[in-house]
Amino acid sequence: MANNSENILAAAGFCKYFPGSTALDHVDFTLRRGEVHALLGENGAGKSTLIKCMTGAYRRDGGSLVLDGEEIDPHNTLAAQKLGIGTVYQEVNLLPNLSVAENLFLGRQPRRFGMVNVREMNRKARALLAEYGIDIDVARQLDGYSVAIQQVIAIARAVDLSGKVLILDEPTASLDTQEVAMLFRIVRDLKKRGLGIVFITHFLEQVYDVTDRITVLRNGKLVGTRETASLDREALIGMMLGHELAQVEAKAKDAEAQGGPVRYQFSNFGKRGKIKPFDLNVRQGEVVGIAGLLGSGRTETAEVMFGVERADSGEATVDGKAVSLSGPRAAIKNRFAFCPEDRKTDGIIGDLSIRENIVMALQARRGWARPISRIEQNALADRYIEALDIRTTDREKPIRLLSGGNQQKAILARWLATNPEFLILDEPTRGIDVGAHAEIIKLIEDLCRQGMSLIVISSELEELVAYSSRIVVLRDREHVAELTGERISAGHIVNAIAAAQGTREGA
Amino acid sequence: MNSSTKALLIRLAPQLAALAVVLLLNFTMFPQFFHIEVQNGRLYGSLIDVLNRGAPVALLSIGMTLVIATKGIDLSVGAVIAICGAVAAASTVSGNSLALTLAWAIGVGLACGLWNGFLVAVLDIQPIIATLVLMVAGRGIAQLITEGAIMTFNDEGLIFFGSGSFLGLPMPVVIWLLVALAVLFVVRRTALGMLVEAIGINRRASTLSGIQTPVLLIAAYVLSGLCAAIAGIIVAADIKGADANNAGLWLELDAILAVVVGGNSLLGGRFSIVGSLIGAMVIQAVNTGILLSGFPPEFNLVIKAVIVIAILVIQSPAVQSAASFLSRRRADAQGARKEQVQ
Repeated sequence: MANNSENILAAAGFCKYFPGSTALDHVDFTLRRGEVHALLGENGAGKSTLIKCMTGAYRRDGGSLVLDGEEIDPHNTLAAQKLGIGTVYQEVNLLPNLSVAENLFLGRQPRRFGMVNVREMNRKARALLAEYGIDIDVARQLDGYSVAIQQVIAIARAVDLSGKVLILDEPTASLDTQEVAMLFRIVRDLKKRGLGIVFITHFLEQVYDVTDRITVLRNGKLVGTRETASLDREALIGMMLGHELAQVEAKAKDAEAQGGPVRYQFSNFGKRGKIKPFDLNVRQGEVVGIAGLLGSGRTETAEVMFGVERADSGEATVDGKAVSLSGPRAAIKNRFAFCPEDRKTDGIIGDLSIRENIVMALQARRGWARPISRIEQNALADRYIEALDIRTTDREKPIRLLSGGNQQKAILARWLATNPEFLILDEPTRGIDVGAHAEIIKLIEDLCRQGMSLIVISSELEELVAYSSRIVVLRDREHVAELTGERISAGHIVNAIAAAQGTREGA
Repeated sequence: MNSSTKALLIRLAPQLAALAVVLLLNFTMFPQFFHIEVQNGRLYGSLIDVLNRGAPVALLSIGMTLVIATKGIDLSVGAVIAICGAVAAASTVSGNSLALTLAWAIGVGLACGLWNGFLVAVLDIQPIIATLVLMVAGRGIAQLITEGAIMTFNDEGLIFFGSGSFLGLPMPVVIWLLVALAVLFVVRRTALGMLVEAIGINRRASTLSGIQTPVLLIAAYVLSGLCAAIAGIIVAADIKGADANNAGLWLELDAILAVVVGGNSLLGGRFSIVGSLIGAMVIQAVNTGILLSGFPPEFNLVIKAVIVIAILVIQSPAVQSAASFLSRRRADAQGARKEQVQ
């Protein structure tokens, strides 16, 4: 075994099998001292599985793991942490109701006479965070701080506990530009201290910004490891996708789509405490984008339109006829469909197979007494697995075993199977890698061309600009602006959000 | 069809193995265990006795399986047995016809299920609490109906459901087999089973997909009430009387155990009614075996507990994953050997 001493962590021949699929197939991965190493790949490529096998969250089925020259086999994340491998996840896994200091020293609080010495703990916490250039009140509850600060606290805890290898699993997903810059400053600092840092992200700019080397996985296999400096963007995307990414986003908008008849009208529609009454018209074959910051009422808008939250004011009409949207069933009856933002809690039915998940909405609409025959179910599932390119070994696999992007496609398939005419997509591309991302955008455009009316909520402005024929901007649970024609641009959206803020503060 | 039969056999393999082991244990201790004879056109024997005595738990486990599949639980079924037995006894004592008596008992069982379903699906009370209400109150209601005494009756028609026979089989066996077949048919030939599983796995996602979650939840509890009512009639008919204190006592726990031994998860989702029925028979075979073996009765519960623990350990995820790990290693080793040969 070639064990280079400059490697702090070396995984060789990692294998992991799940029932019916191979998640990792003899993958090698090395991490040097003092380097930031990007781990990239599409959804389902095996990034998370590799990380979980290295941190002991999963038991690997084959391969060896060498940390600092010694072979290790952590049985759980705690053991890995003690050995020196710390992990920070996208969703901060700290305790929001404890203080910052308690979070930092949970389970190892300094004691005096058997009691927790709070003063000493707070002093140590302040000293620890000072290394990261952060000066905050460590006695305050953790959830009083922004996600970025929480992220740094999680990093501080992980480094303090482990100190050799730090794994960052999409740490920047919910941070803004400034916060990302702060995080990267810290990452570079840690790198200078000699830590090996594994960095998982979907943002390629960040990869070029901060990493030294890149390892790409595809379909559970190692594609290769390269120096970041010598790998250009096109080659990288080629490695990730196995084919050149189609330039879907650089498409000119269909001007004619805007001429279709108005089919869906929501007037003075709203629900107290959720979303202020709004007016919204959607034409046939049109994509209306909804933009706004998190918590601005984007999801709430979608939920009142689909009847998840029952509107308490205004009315909705389809083709001029008033309809009742008293619940999802009523909305579905009017050929509405809704892909929710949170796939795990609102979308997938984890233990059921892909086939069952795909036929679910159609079956629910037909009622239990009129079952869809197994043959029809198989045909439906196969059709959408092929049409949407859902990567799976077979249709009977439980959907929870699929990666995020493929789950998202399966949920989309569930709704497309009902032949909807009005489709609401809430963050359809969240947490999805480049390849699936492009495919979903292409799908949105195809559906629109076929005459479907769509509402798409997204926090990726460039993406919204690419496919929307109109964009509604939300702020503070209120529809504050509607951008059309030439005014559809990321700049105008940001201005609309900011302007609303200005007037509010001025008032 | 062939592959789905195979999948079913794989799913039920641990339950069938457990049943076989328990039956064999019984056989070693009591060599006449498998002996079946015909007397007066009716089958007799220990095996028939297991099927017959296991009827109440088997019936309860059918409804309980569906309730548990929705991520719920129904603690009230034991009490519903007492109520429905009491209702049947009171009705027949007051001179009602057999049909009316049965209608009353079953109607009351359905109403009990409706009440539980209402608490769970409409008021959104946790199932364990919601059904605890009727579990505690139910026995009181039964005592009110029987006025605190064991209410005996002599109606031959009603007694037939406890000790009669049909085609050589005791009536309770015929009844639970028929109910099981009917429910299996409805659940698996329609989309009901899949929708119930979906609700149990992710209720919110199911509602968002357009499934009528409250209706199906209520239906599951109503079915559980129905099964308990039928079991109540059998239990009362068997002793020719309604004993509000003891009829169906602790049977809800045996029913839950049957569902678990049947390989169903208490967290809801995927379910197998056949698995639960085998579970019910395993429990009854253990009970019968302990009685036959002549152990002092004070050992009964302890022995039962040991056997149940052994069955659950074999089925536990930890043991299962260890077993699959070992079998894969063996397969790997064989594969490697084959490669070497080549």
